[in-house]
Amino acid sequence: MMADYTPEYVGTVTKYVFVESPSMTPGELALRAYEASEGVLIKETCFGLQVTGEPESVDRLIEVIRAFDPAHIFVKDRGFPPGDPRRCRANLGGARPGYLGHEREFRLLRYITHGLEELGRREGEAPEPVPPVREKKPLLDIKRLQELIETEES
Amino acid sequence: MAKVFIYPATSLILSDLVARFGHKPLGAALGIRERIQTAGVDSPPLQITPEEPKRGLKYAAVEVPSGVRGRMAIYGPLIEEAEAAVIVTDADLAFGCMGCARTDELILFSLRQSGIPILELTYPSTEEEGVQFVAAIKKFLDGLEKGGEA
Repeated sequence: MMADYTPEYVGTVTKYVFVESPSMTPGELALRAYEASEGVLIKETCFGLQVTGEPESVDRLIEVIRAFDPAHIFVKDRGFPPGDPRRCRANLGGARPGYLGHEREFRLLRYITHGLEELGRREGEAPEPVPPVREKKPLLDIKRLQELIETEES
Repeated sequence: MAKVFIYPATSLILSDLVARFGHKPLGAALGIRERIQTAGVDSPPLQITPEEPKRGLKYAAVEVPSGVRGRMAIYGPLIEEAEAAVIVTDADLAFGCMGCARTDELILFSLRQSGIPILELTYPSTEEEGVQFVAAIKKFLDGLEKGGEA
């Protein structure tokens, strides 16, 4: 028998705020965010915060939070509300699903921070971006194809 | 403000940079949030119900495994909505079971077929690459604002 599902926090938006800064801890960020929260639910985590609320309020708060340390604070969307028993590690044990992906990218954040700061400094004489070109696989040579067909037949 | 699909769809870096430069990142969280906040049949953990593989038929043929079709029910509408895409090609965090791997291939194929402007990059591994990475994304996104392809 299938059970009914009644969602919580309908119409809200949850966002992760990651802080990778030499001058600000998640605790300090949380304290400063509370001052500007205005009804937005804030949860402190080991890497930063989770903020939940009406989309406009969350966007406004994110704008305020980003201004604290623009090159060291990173934000992304989250599908689940905070403390959801399907995701919260308090119920599951081990790392929260998705945490390891964040951890992997967290190590690259210092390069992004450097990029953002450097880009701000080099404004006007910005380096020409060189996006790596996708390598094209060499096409199958016609003679090689013939060989393959012959080997297959024998 | 353009809607920009990001791949890996769960990427923190891409999601942040796209939002930072004034556009809307389309990632997995938006599709998941929609399902989590919709009442219906209880189907933990991600509220993927038997309806999803049926919806996925729009994006993958019937003989494609239901796991891929179910995932495409989340990503397909986002790809349709997208006006541009940023792809990191060497994302080692974008791995998973066979269902995830095949869905990822289908996502990349669908994006490249869709004709929207696409920026393909690799993750930075040095500070200078970090500068180029951010500069490339900024230039691409600024180009979108002007309505032209970057």
